[in-house]
Amino acid sequence: MKRQQIINGVIALVIGVLIFVTPFIFIGLTAVKSAAEASQLGLSWPSEWLFWDNLVAVIQARNYMLLLAYFNSTVITVGAISLLVISAAMIGYVIQRRPSKWNGFIYALILAGLMIPPAVVPTIWLLKELHLFKTLHGMILIQVAYGLSFSVLLFRSFIASIPRDLDEAAIIDGAKPWQVFFKVILPLLKPVTVTVILVQSVTIFNDFTNPLYYLPGKDNVTVQLTLYNFQSQFSSQMNLLFMNILLVTIPPLIMFIFFNKQIVKGMTAGAVKG
Amino acid sequence: MKSSRSYPYWFILPGGLVYLVLFLVPTVAAFWFSLTHWDLFETRFIGLDNYYQFLREPFLITGVVNTVIFGVLTSIAKSVLGLLLAVLLTSGLLGQSFLRTLIFFPVLVSTIGVGIAFAEIMHPARGMLNIGLSYFGIQGPAWLIDPNLALFSVALVDIWKGVGLATLIYIAGLATISSDYYEAARIDGATKLQMFFRITVPLVRPATVTVVTLSLIGGLRSFDIIWAMTKGGPGFSSDVLASVIYKQYQAGFYGLSTAGNIILFALVAFIVIPLTYWFNRREVDL
Repeated sequence: MKRQQIINGVIALVIGVLIFVTPFIFIGLTAVKSAAEASQLGLSWPSEWLFWDNLVAVIQARNYMLLLAYFNSTVITVGAISLLVISAAMIGYVIQRRPSKWNGFIYALILAGLMIPPAVVPTIWLLKELHLFKTLHGMILIQVAYGLSFSVLLFRSFIASIPRDLDEAAIIDGAKPWQVFFKVILPLLKPVTVTVILVQSVTIFNDFTNPLYYLPGKDNVTVQLTLYNFQSQFSSQMNLLFMNILLVTIPPLIMFIFFNKQIVKGMTAGAVKG
Repeated sequence: MKSSRSYPYWFILPGGLVYLVLFLVPTVAAFWFSLTHWDLFETRFIGLDNYYQFLREPFLITGVVNTVIFGVLTSIAKSVLGLLLAVLLTSGLLGQSFLRTLIFFPVLVSTIGVGIAFAEIMHPARGMLNIGLSYFGIQGPAWLIDPNLALFSVALVDIWKGVGLATLIYIAGLATISSDYYEAARIDGATKLQMFFRITVPLVRPATVTVVTLSLIGGLRSFDIIWAMTKGGPGFSSDVLASVIYKQYQAGFYGLSTAGNIILFALVAFIVIPLTYWFNRREVDL
């Protein structure tokens, strides 16, 4: 490594840390300060560390609302992802393996899902008709509908790399189509499944807009909704608000530490081929 | 013939049904509802009145104009900065993989959390940003309080949060360019700048298409970041279509809200579809 590269690297590191790390340091420090100190908004060192006190206060706020929120968000994320993986893999499998005159039409529908902003008020009307409005299972189905296009495209391109001989061998052996899929193909989809799970769980866990519309009311709060509600409630207790931000940041941070490579792969998938 | 038995279409049914009922049906129904006066009590056909209202009311027009500004600005900034950062972070810099990680992390963090934190960081008097600028002798502006600046301040935070994804897509794109081109250019005596504009930019085009399209679609639809930071304010100065849709919904003007949805849909389609078409045609020319 040349001297110039080292100097450039140090400069880039300093600027990078300044721009991308300071905001998180600010969040962390504000979260452990007293209310009075936090309202100064500075980067100063806290005169006393109130990590535990603030943590307990945030969790107890509004009758343990945050715990309910974490529970609901977990149910929605896990539920939606389980359904997404199975249904998207099945769709990707059939449209990849079975070229037909319908495929153009099906692709148009898939691309529509990536592009078209959901029509919120008509969706609410429909959810009410189906008695799914303000319910967790309604929210799960909404997340499946909105995440399907992206997941199908990922599965389809991965399935293209699995040789057809495999399915044909199983079919000749007398396996039924669903057996071929669940016993032969699905186990081979592990890498792309991990990618779909990671990318979608970040998306669904961080989703704010859809719960705001489809899941109003304090029984169904999600993590992001709670944070948003605390913004007005804790306007004079910045320390508690930022403790909440810290708590919301931890799940993606943990995932990021363990699955950095897969997340990056999933989010940049298809970029190179265009 | 055989494929119809081995790969039955009912495999599409479970996901397809959810998609049809919860996404396609509301999208189609939206066209009808946008032509109605629709509130809690009644649905009455009023033709194109909702759309006329969007063209007449100054605050609704602001929403449309701001949507375009926000989408185009963030998309251009993310692709330009993303490409420059990608080139920098593949040049064998000290600590480049650490920097990649650093820049990418905000992509995964909750938008609401980022928005709330930056609303405080951008506080005109006590905020970290203006205090930091004052060390360099710069008097920082009133970021989110100034009506002329609020939208751009939010855009700045959106770029901060999203540039990491653009950078990673560009890094993946750069990896596909053969080093032979640079080798040949070096032998011919090309400068670094020439290599960047004559080799890197044209050959990284597929990544550019992805970055521009993705960030345009996301940018035109963005709601979370604006709602967490300004709620469309001060006044209506940073309102975008997505926040107008929410405000009209809250106010009980469901028909007007849905018309806003259709306009947003049309805006995304009219900007993104021709752009993709143009991008793909140019690719054939090369």
